[in-house]
Amino acid sequence: MIELRNVYKIYPMGDTEVHALDGVSLRVAAGEFVAIVGRSGSGKSTCMNIIGCLDVPTAGQYFLQGVDVSRMEENELALVRNRMLGFVFQQYNLIPNLNILENVELPLLYAGYGSAERHKAARTALKRLGLGDKLRHRPAQLSGGQQQRAAIARALAGNPPIILADEPTGALDSRTGREMLRYLQSLYQEGHTVILITHDNTIAAMAQRVVRLEDGKIVYDGPADRYSALAVFLEDSGPEEAQQ
Amino acid sequence: MKVWQSFSLALKSLALSKMRAILTMLGIIIGVAAVIIIISLGDGIQDYVNESFQGMGANLVAVTIKGRNSSRNIAEEDMYHLAAENADCFSGVSPAVSVYGATVKAGNQTFEDTTVTGVSETYGAIRNAVAETGRFLQYVDVARQRKVCVIGTYLERELFNGDALGKTLKINGMSYQIVGILEEKAGSTSYGDDNQVLIPYPNAMKINGSSQIDTYYFSAVEGQSARAKQMIENRLYRTYEDSDAFFVMTMDEVLNTYNKMAGTIQTVLTAIAAISLLVGGIGIMNIMLVSVTERTREIGIRKAVGARRRDIMGQFVIEAATTSAVGGSIGIIVGIIGSVLIGSAFDIQATPSVKAVAISFVVSVTIGIVFGFLPANKAAKLHPIDALRHE
Repeated sequence: MIELRNVYKIYPMGDTEVHALDGVSLRVAAGEFVAIVGRSGSGKSTCMNIIGCLDVPTAGQYFLQGVDVSRMEENELALVRNRMLGFVFQQYNLIPNLNILENVELPLLYAGYGSAERHKAARTALKRLGLGDKLRHRPAQLSGGQQQRAAIARALAGNPPIILADEPTGALDSRTGREMLRYLQSLYQEGHTVILITHDNTIAAMAQRVVRLEDGKIVYDGPADRYSALAVFLEDSGPEEAQQ
Repeated sequence: MKVWQSFSLALKSLALSKMRAILTMLGIIIGVAAVIIIISLGDGIQDYVNESFQGMGANLVAVTIKGRNSSRNIAEEDMYHLAAENADCFSGVSPAVSVYGATVKAGNQTFEDTTVTGVSETYGAIRNAVAETGRFLQYVDVARQRKVCVIGTYLERELFNGDALGKTLKINGMSYQIVGILEEKAGSTSYGDDNQVLIPYPNAMKINGSSQIDTYYFSAVEGQSARAKQMIENRLYRTYEDSDAFFVMTMDEVLNTYNKMAGTIQTVLTAIAAISLLVGGIGIMNIMLVSVTERTREIGIRKAVGARRRDIMGQFVIEAATTSAVGGSIGIIVGIIGSVLIGSAFDIQATPSVKAVAISFVVSVTIGIVFGFLPANKAAKLHPIDALRHE
């Protein structure tokens, strides 16, 4: 489903170049639950931007369902994002002047659904996330956990095969955070491909497979249970840094 | 994304910050209102003038004779002849002899700015001067040079308290009996046609001590003004052999000249008012640019969930167009109310035309689209990652 082939992302930084991704190759099969972990600056955010078709690699190829998307232009990428990907962000990223229902309808709006279909799909997604009674609320009227659930509903509404969650628990307390992770797990169990980006090893352990990035390179790629055992050796640089 | 969705979204975001919306739209409101007021007042004045000309006789042909400082002169019979022989072209003719420096007295009141004109019995029909009470001058009055007159409503009111019929007034010391009161024409003011006395023209010539008739009024048959003018000119040229010795003017020409002039003035004023529409457009552009910056993150979110460039572009252009359309609508209302108020203050029937309203609405929406283009393009070009990271 997802295949990165020797992907580089290089940013010019004054006279030097920063290799945010330095030859990353990664395959994710349909229906996997993968956590991409790494400290801040490890390249995991860049990796997520590229997987999420928000950015294109400087070099290398990215195949999504067998199609090379690494050379696509902006409007084609917009279409791919709309049909293939659902995003869950750390900061929820709901649009403040739209109510929850309208926020969840947004991907469907750009997919060209009629208003009746949009309402129906968005309502179903919101009900599933337990927000059926908050349709007309604005994001600011909801708690952090509710906002993040609305964001998950938005990611789900168009039923895309891939869910990309970027530090989805970062702004939540640990109990609400665990609740979010359970939602992600249930999506995985339903057959969605779930990719979770996090700096937190314990959260990564909730996934089925862990990919660890350091300095733009993959240093671990394997089952989550083995990663948990190894994590103590991989984390040799003291306490966790806060996410950027 | 459909147009009406962007439209309702735009209305929402306008409603969200009403103060800012009003300030943004102010330029457009003022511009549209000014354009409508100017066009309506201009049209109103034009209608008023046209009506006044109608009142003077729309098919009037005025002939002014300056003469050639010689004994050569056209007789009034010749003019009557001309009209009578060409009945397909003329429906009447009357001499008009102005009495210069006439004083009109009644009792102990003296009027020096009253127009005293000597005319024939046909003058009434030619100039739409109808006797409202009493009668107009008649053939016998003119033929026998009777000392009778008809007067305007201003004089009736000022000299006789509205009861003048049968009374006498003195013109340069000679008594004239009032046999008729003319219909009110210009609001019974001291300037204009309500402050006049009409007497038989031979009497006027006698007062002036001159055998010369300086003005004739013809009325042309409907649509024959130009031909009538040509005929009169030809006839006069035969007598004077000098086209500078006389001047023939049709009411059509006067009206056309006036309308052309008024049209030019109106266009210039409208253009000046339209500058404020331009300024309004720049105001909208300014606020839209601020709005794009404020909503960078929103743009990023929209792009992340699949908005294409043209979706974002459309959203902001429609938002700008909606802002200016709402402003334009408010401006239209202000303009209509303003035209009626100002019109009634100046006693002009200023009815905003559908044309004025439609033009200013279309112009304001166009301005919104044109000036919304730059901010919308800026929004559409944002990179999704940069936009999402924007705080």
